[in-house]
Amino acid sequence: MNQTSIDSIGARGGSLKSYGAGFVLSLILTAIPFALVMSGALPSSVTLAGIFSAGIVQILAHLHYFLHLDTSSAASWNVLALMFTLLIMALFVGGTIWIMYNLNYRMM
Amino acid sequence: MRTTNASTTGIAHNEEIEHPNTVSIQIFGFWIYLMSDLIMFATLFATFVVLSNAYAGGPTGKELFDLPYLLGETLLLLFSSVAYGLVMLAVHDGQKKLVLIGLVVTLLLGLGFVSMEINEFRGMIAGGHGPDRSAFLSSFFTLVGTHGIHVAFGLIWMAVVIWQVAIKGLTSPVQSRLMRLSMFWHFLDIIWIGIFSIVYLMGVV
Repeated sequence: MNQTSIDSIGARGGSLKSYGAGFVLSLILTAIPFALVMSGALPSSVTLAGIFSAGIVQILAHLHYFLHLDTSSAASWNVLALMFTLLIMALFVGGTIWIMYNLNYRMM
Repeated sequence: MRTTNASTTGIAHNEEIEHPNTVSIQIFGFWIYLMSDLIMFATLFATFVVLSNAYAGGPTGKELFDLPYLLGETLLLLFSSVAYGLVMLAVHDGQKKLVLIGLVVTLLLGLGFVSMEINEFRGMIAGGHGPDRSAFLSSFFTLVGTHGIHVAFGLIWMAVVIWQVAIKGLTSPVQSRLMRLSMFWHFLDIIWIGIFSIVYLMGVV
């Protein structure tokens, strides 16, 4: 029908293969942290690092395979907006945690 | 000229694409909304992390969270997200019947997720571990509940779009709505990755 409407982020470039790859990758990256926590086999610092890295990789996999964000020019404005948002998020989250823990430490 | 046109043609006028880039502008605008929503979730995450040890003598995450149950919720939302991806492939191929079947499957999986979450909240509140118990639980219910409300509104939106696909078919405006809903749906699954990692799994370790 209207092919130009498909060439946008969120629907562009999707194929059965890419959704399948995203699905399998997500299942594995969900299974790893759950298995780590439920088995309790590793020390907690390693488990925390495992949860954190599996989560970040899975978020990147979702952005790539499901939201079709990439380095193409069609997606550049979306990526730019996301980068700016990540900067704001880093300021909010990092700043909040820094200040509140510092305050907590000094009030002890 | 436009007003006279609109008054005579009514809804039909609304269904036209007035500008060749209308759909991509709508989709970029929706992306900007998602980014603002992401900042809101970031503040809720920051609040949760700061208050995550403020138990006030109440239960800790370790005592409250049921990981196999959480895995069920997580998989329902993931299946729902992938099902919506397949819907977009069917939209691309113009297969209306497949789109409708896929949307109903996505809706049911999302409904399963929301039902499980409501059941979890109900159990916690019934056990005296509601949002009023401690700062930890206040921030837990605010963060997880905000995500749940987003999913619930996504389901209402999905029901409306299912109806539109059935009545109007896969016209350009309907396709645009389907695309924006797909972004919303995948976005909520991404937020859920943060919730099950930071709130639940890190709370149990």
